[in-house]
Amino acid sequence: MTLVVLESADDELSRQALTLGESLGQARTVTIEGPYAPAAWAAAIVEAAQGDDIVGPGSDRGNEVLAHVAAQLDLPLAANVTDVRGDELTRIRWGGTLLEEARLHSDRRLMTAAPFAFAPSNSLLQAQVLAPNLDGAVAVVDHVAPDTGGKVSLADAKVVVSGGRGVGSAEGFAILEELAALLDAAVGCSRVVTSAGWRPHSDQVGQTGTKVSPDLYIACGISGATQHIAGCKGAKALLAINADREATIFAHADYAVIGDLHEIVPAITAELRKAKGA
Amino acid sequence: MRILCCVKRVPITGGRMVLTADAQAIETKHLGFTISPHEECGVEEAVRIVEAGGGEVVVLTLGPEEAAEQIRDCMAIGADRGIHLVSSEEWDAQGTAAAIADAIRADSENTGPFDLIVMGNESADAGGYQVGIRVAYALGLPVVTGLKGLAVDGGRARCEQEAPGGRDVYDVALPAVVTVKEGLNLPRYPSVPAKLRAKSKPLDARAVDRPASQLEKLRLVVPEGSRKQAEILGEGREAAPRVVEVLQQLGVA
Amino acid sequence: MTDSSSLPASARAVVVGAGIVGSSLAYHLARLGWRDLVLIDKGPLPNPGGSTGHASNFIFPVDHSKEMTQLTADSVRQYKEWDVFTESGGIEVARTEERMQELQRRMSSAKAWGIEGCEIITPARVKELVPYIEESVIVGGFYTPGVGIVDSLRFGTIAREKAQELGALQVFANTEVLGIDVEGGRVTGIRTSKGDIATDMIVVCCGVWAPKVARMAGASIPLTPAVHQMIDVGPVPHFKDTKGVIEFPIVRDMDTNMYERQDGSGLEVGSYAHRAILHDPEDIPSNEEAALSPTELPFTQEDFEKQMEDALELIPEVLNDESVGIKYAINGLLSLTPDGLPLLGETPEVKGLWSAAAVWVKEGPGVGRAMAEWMTHGESEIDLQSSDIARFYECQKSRTNIRARAAEGFNKTYGIVHPSEQWESNRGVRLSPFYEREKALGAVFYEAAAWERPHWYQSNEKLLEEFGDRINMREAEWESRWWSPIINAEHLAMRERAAMFDLTAFCIFDVIGPGALACVQTVSTRQMDVGHGKVVYTPVLSPSGTFKSDLTVMRLGDEHFRVVTGGAHGMADLKWYSDHAAAGTTVIDLTSAWTTLGIWGPRSRDILASLTRDDVSHTGFPFGTCRTIELDSLRVLASRISYVGELGWELYVPIEQGAKLWDLVWEAGQAHGIAPAGIGVYGTTGRLEKCYRAFGFELDADFTVVEAGMAPPKVKGADFIGKEAHLRHREADPAAVLCTLTVDDHTSKSGQKRYMLGREPILAKDGSRLVDAHGRGSYVTSAGAGPSIGKHILMAYLPPENANVGEELLVEYLGEQYPVTVQCNDATAVFDPENARVRA
Repeated sequence: MTLVVLESADDELSRQALTLGESLGQARTVTIEGPYAPAAWAAAIVEAAQGDDIVGPGSDRGNEVLAHVAAQLDLPLAANVTDVRGDELTRIRWGGTLLEEARLHSDRRLMTAAPFAFAPSNSLLQAQVLAPNLDGAVAVVDHVAPDTGGKVSLADAKVVVSGGRGVGSAEGFAILEELAALLDAAVGCSRVVTSAGWRPHSDQVGQTGTKVSPDLYIACGISGATQHIAGCKGAKALLAINADREATIFAHADYAVIGDLHEIVPAITAELRKAKGA
Repeated sequence: MRILCCVKRVPITGGRMVLTADAQAIETKHLGFTISPHEECGVEEAVRIVEAGGGEVVVLTLGPEEAAEQIRDCMAIGADRGIHLVSSEEWDAQGTAAAIADAIRADSENTGPFDLIVMGNESADAGGYQVGIRVAYALGLPVVTGLKGLAVDGGRARCEQEAPGGRDVYDVALPAVVTVKEGLNLPRYPSVPAKLRAKSKPLDARAVDRPASQLEKLRLVVPEGSRKQAEILGEGREAAPRVVEVLQQLGVA
Repeated sequence: MTDSSSLPASARAVVVGAGIVGSSLAYHLARLGWRDLVLIDKGPLPNPGGSTGHASNFIFPVDHSKEMTQLTADSVRQYKEWDVFTESGGIEVARTEERMQELQRRMSSAKAWGIEGCEIITPARVKELVPYIEESVIVGGFYTPGVGIVDSLRFGTIAREKAQELGALQVFANTEVLGIDVEGGRVTGIRTSKGDIATDMIVVCCGVWAPKVARMAGASIPLTPAVHQMIDVGPVPHFKDTKGVIEFPIVRDMDTNMYERQDGSGLEVGSYAHRAILHDPEDIPSNEEAALSPTELPFTQEDFEKQMEDALELIPEVLNDESVGIKYAINGLLSLTPDGLPLLGETPEVKGLWSAAAVWVKEGPGVGRAMAEWMTHGESEIDLQSSDIARFYECQKSRTNIRARAAEGFNKTYGIVHPSEQWESNRGVRLSPFYEREKALGAVFYEAAAWERPHWYQSNEKLLEEFGDRINMREAEWESRWWSPIINAEHLAMRERAAMFDLTAFCIFDVIGPGALACVQTVSTRQMDVGHGKVVYTPVLSPSGTFKSDLTVMRLGDEHFRVVTGGAHGMADLKWYSDHAAAGTTVIDLTSAWTTLGIWGPRSRDILASLTRDDVSHTGFPFGTCRTIELDSLRVLASRISYVGELGWELYVPIEQGAKLWDLVWEAGQAHGIAPAGIGVYGTTGRLEKCYRAFGFELDADFTVVEAGMAPPKVKGADFIGKEAHLRHREADPAAVLCTLTVDDHTSKSGQKRYMLGREPILAKDGSRLVDAHGRGSYVTSAGAGPSIGKHILMAYLPPENANVGEELLVEYLGEQYPVTVQCNDATAVFDPENARVRA
């Protein structure tokens, strides 16, 4: 029997986790109400699970809550699992650019599902709603929304125009911003760019930045280091613009344009304006 | 304030993962090493807090002998002291957390308790997302994870956790464990004198034995890769019309 | 991902490596008319990820080597032509008095090679130019205003584009060499990851990967990848207002083997001081695997610790600033060779496989041009002979030797290297059959071409007493280094009685077969169709009528010639003869088959006569002939010539009989007072007194036979390489004349007697440089003692208006000027000008 923790009934990553849960055994689902308080939520889940295996989504919250569960039960937790075969499983490392095959030495399995490793389950299950005991719990007391100035957020954008070392400078991003504006896209960047101080970390796409899953990811002057790919491989389509014909990014791209982005990006912007004008 | 930061030695990879012949590790003969990006921000934050209000920053790592290099790097940006738990083996999250908790308890007995324990949200390599939380439980401390904002004042910490649509805010009493994410701050580069000073800061190293693994790594595998054959839309600015066509086909323009 | 264009099926030449060398070479070949050129690199463009991509990119024009200085000057000219040179000035600072002397030598070289504007400056002046330097740790500096930085990647891009504009070149990035086809010892094609190209000319310009590529063809490019560390710190407050990349002079901290240069808002600090960290050409990460690039490897902190302290001492204002962070730190890869010189030319193993490797950014374009000329005309305008890849002997190409010498040479990058300094590593590889005898006699062994050769013998110390004050001692430490007054004593013993010399290091090869005469006739300037048993000393010329070599040839038969040449350039000479040997003619290396013992001096005939029944009288065995004689039980090829200007012979026996030969001559010589003598006599004192020219010193590609005073009375009718040019030279007035000078007064300002060592500038009495009509400045080509005439002898090319016997001039040595006088303005010797001794 498996208890699958859902963030909500229609949350995509949660439904993927349900697929994993169903593969482990008969699954039942829970959601938790009230302010987010990971330790308290975990205690409620532990009580509800009654010794069953427990599975959650590989989201920030899913990993956090399951880690609390694991600590409370003093059991091993396999985070971001992509496949299970009996007591052997595969999980991701390095944000997904490397896989680990491991053995879980435990009768009781605690796991989170790696995002997009499983298809979302179609099962219509009535999730039990848990009400955790929040006395003295560490809980969210407030929420702050950043002032995006009306710009679309990186995590939600349908299109991301992203720049890497090839852009050359902070000023160089102006042409990317122009294109992004036309496409209603968010502007992203690689870690090289944030380390150089050209863009804020909130623009960073990658293993330690934001993981995006837009319809289209346009990578300009980005070489394709593994930790960057970890952040954009969720994109449905990837267009890479790079002067190096053999840049690693092209191995992950659906579309390619070879050449200097400083010429190509403005040319695309101009062509788009023409198309819209017409 | 006494702050302890945990860091982990990880390789700096390029564009391609290459494994050793026995598939037990990444081939590192041509690679340099660093600490996980989240941890860089953690150490930077700790140093800033102590620079502002006094105290001590201790850096702790569980890793091979060479990991002393990472401790020295942290000292070069301001950490005062280091603890090195030496083991050349790969430890799982439970074992790691237990060893860290033991070391913290032992150190606290000598020099007093820590006000804040800072870790990375997850390590760059194993990415287990759990060591910080387990250490908190072992020490009986509250824990907040995934921080992009942190402010300590009067024995309390105001924590901003990355969440959908913005940040969730927590307010916890110290001592506490926090795990942080890159973006919390922009870490400094070490200066030459700082690097030289780092050489002589105290570093307490001791060997530790790894317990049996509960989550036992069997082997590493480089994923198949998308095997994508990108369609070349063109070269230079001449490709623009074709690109716009594709944008329209994809429904984004 | 598929390529949009594909490799051609064939090419006139394929250049491998698109760094500064390959790109420059492709352009110059195109400029010289080559078409159907292909340039490939396994990395992307414009920065393929080789040494050019991370190079510090600064150029200091002054070098003690004439060739390197010329190549650098030409490179600077090319960089300036395409507007990628930014002048910044450069200062080599000294922290010790010893280094100040070395800076004087730099000043000397600057004058000798004509680098303008250089001066020795005080610490205060250094501080004026580089305000952030700590004055108190330095004692002076050598300032070269013409130092600058270049954009080497941009130069390469322009070079490729220009060649492409001429329709001469196709460039393919991301194309890796997988194999090279060789048939009958010639290149026939190259295999790459993108296809195969048929070609008979491949130039390997890929730096640290060159040995790997050469090995695919079965050839050797003897270099090793090695690390030099560099860090970049910033932002530097001093550089806040800098527009552009560099405004302050570059500092070379010579005594610590480091440099510091501004790089925009940062300061780059580099080091050649750490332990030699050598890598394997087969084990360099790919572009994909590397975090930065294949030649930017992870920094090893522990190797830079001392350097950080040294740099902090010199530039505390910048480096002690806590806000200045270390932003970039790498172990950068570059190429090192066994002797520190580049590897240029056609490989001796495979025809059509050329090498242009181990070249620094400061020589890149110059090498590109010179290589293109060499490939087109058979020679280059700038003399590349010291960098000829054919110079190595097999044993020098071993991995152990390459690594040992590269490691030893690395820490001398900014070192004080004495002109006679000896290598310490990997010694004792080639030992002559006389070695044990020499050791027992206290021989002080110097190395040449990997041979151990006695330079002098300690056991001859007793001769110092015998010759008393005819031996001049040297007072100053510098010229006493790697020298002994015993050399002069051996010289006098030879002139008085006789001396025996170990000449095993000669390179000996035979030219045999129906085409043998044609081969030697073509290559040699002098008449080769001589009788059997004739020995001819001949220059070997390049097509332009300048020197490629000088050597002796013995005719041993109708179709059999034996060439004997100096060890240092022997292998290059061997290749030159081989290249001009028609099918059916064999050129065979017999260096390890024969050993040579020289015996010269007034008593040498008596000594030989006591060992043989053969006629060794003057008429019986004329000068300039060779024949087999029997010395006791040995059959010896004896050749009556002399490089020391005395009666005597070179004695050749099969190598295994060498020790016996030594013993025979030694014992027979005792009664006549024979002394063993070393190369100190053979190579310097003996030949200088006779004004005999030496290749690589007086004779090189910069001067003609006529200017060297070696034009034969008649030119042979047969054609030979350089004949046309030589005839023209004979018609015209020479622009320079090789003269022999002696030093009139050795006394320095401090009252010490100083002795020049070579390469010092010769100046007019007013202290101005002497420059001939071709822009060549006068400098000492050789210097040494003339014990028999009691004078220190200098040789130098002078402009004709100064080439007068008795002309009074100056030589500048370590910052002071000494009076010299011209003794001869032709090949006349200063000792025994009638050559009576030789022809005794």
